[in-house]
Amino acid sequence: MRDVAVIGIGLTKFGELWDKSFRQLISEAGSKAILDSGISGADIDAMYIGSMSSGRFVGQEHVGALVADASGFSHMHIPATRVEGACASGALAVREGYLSIASGINDVVVIGGIEKMNDVAGTTATETLQTAADQEWEAFFGQTFPGIYATIATRHMHEYGTTKEDLAKVAVKNHANGALNPTAQYQREITLEKALNATMVAYPLGLFDCSPVTDGAASVVLCAAEKAKQFSDKPVKIIGSGQASDTLALHARRDICTLDATVYAGKMAYNQAKIQPNDIDFAEVHDCFTIAEILAIEDLGFVKKGEGGKAIDNKISTLDGSKPINTSGGLKSKGHPVGATGVAQIVEVALQLRGEADKRQVKDVKIGLAHNIGGSGATCVVHIMERM
Amino acid sequence: MKSNVARFWREIPQRYNLIGNKCDSCERIFFPPRESCPYCRRKSIGKMKDLKLNGKGEVISYTIIHVAPEDFEKQVPYPVAVIKLDEGPKVTAQIVDCDISNVKIGMKVESTFRRIQEDGYIGAIYYGYKFKPLEEVK
Repeated sequence: MRDVAVIGIGLTKFGELWDKSFRQLISEAGSKAILDSGISGADIDAMYIGSMSSGRFVGQEHVGALVADASGFSHMHIPATRVEGACASGALAVREGYLSIASGINDVVVIGGIEKMNDVAGTTATETLQTAADQEWEAFFGQTFPGIYATIATRHMHEYGTTKEDLAKVAVKNHANGALNPTAQYQREITLEKALNATMVAYPLGLFDCSPVTDGAASVVLCAAEKAKQFSDKPVKIIGSGQASDTLALHARRDICTLDATVYAGKMAYNQAKIQPNDIDFAEVHDCFTIAEILAIEDLGFVKKGEGGKAIDNKISTLDGSKPINTSGGLKSKGHPVGATGVAQIVEVALQLRGEADKRQVKDVKIGLAHNIGGSGATCVVHIMERM
Repeated sequence: MKSNVARFWREIPQRYNLIGNKCDSCERIFFPPRESCPYCRRKSIGKMKDLKLNGKGEVISYTIIHVAPEDFEKQVPYPVAVIKLDEGPKVTAQIVDCDISNVKIGMKVESTFRRIQEDGYIGAIYYGYKFKPLEEVK
């Protein structure tokens, strides 16, 4: 199996982008990644596109070919495949590209991730996101997507003493990081009081415990590591790639407070990279809700089960902490265009490893991790990256 | 999301009567019923037996929904819980017939047959299980 490197990265601004279309967004991110990588169109062997629900959000399926077309590659007939795994679609696309290079089939692959969520009404966006849950055995009975994570939070509070303040502090931290990120949807800090007093969405989660509805696209160029230096002088190596599945419905899981898919995808990636959780310098984790960041840092082995709620007080997950989490602002503040999220996480990890994260740069980082979740944890993808 | 009525009609046995099934090989019980047992797999094929659950269980965790999809908007705020049934399987369902502030982890509940949602003014009405506090501790 061959080593694979990230040689190009590109992001659009994240937010409510009323003036940009689906194809404009993905072409913009893709062009930036291709220009950053030093490759030309003729070098591209394949494209993989992550999008959760373009059919419901913009009424367009068949977006693999559409993206190749919009990017100007239709006359070159480059194979383009759309990959779907709810909110983990982006990282799944990265992993499919990774596998195709590692296997020796392809040398250079362009990955895109996109969601254009603001072209439909807010209620339609919420209902579309809910399709990541079990429609027949959760949603039918009135459960909602925030409700599922809220159910996890209630149990976590009961079992481990996690508080609403612990949850709110995740939002405050990620907004502080997002304030330093020029592509983030919300580039402003929030106070603990504001987070705690926000409108209730699904008890115990308020509005500031939830990630927003976002338009945005992200792209990375992957290349066989042995050829990376031909194109780029700052490649970042993917040293571990893991993926795992679990039951679609939360209630069918072994433990309500553990995302076993994270545990298994994490182990797969750690084993491949031959490292331990302690060796990770920083991470981008899937904080679609504040409780989700707490679960992620526990299930990835950064803190013990039950202690995730105290990671901010204990100066672990803060930007100046021992293991900064979501330096980009995370899904909470950077925004969560679902199909783009997993790709955007790879972009942030690469930026940090390249030393180009500007005001939010973490010093002396060598190894970073990206963690992307689909639904309430039925899909998880973990990538570990290292400076070359 | 509006769907053809057949989709809901075929789930009537489970939603109306809480009928799950049991693997004859390892005796594990499932709800909703599974085509095969995830633990015994090929050994269980053709050996899954229907089983009516008694409808009693305990709240493992819960939430109170304040922002709901269109079909449930009229009901907010309403509690939704994960309930562990006496026979083992866990389900997601609404808790009814009690004050929201009385919904707690560990509370004993039993299933009750109720209207769940409807497709607008002239559309189909869907029924199924909700859970209420177990009578003797009410």
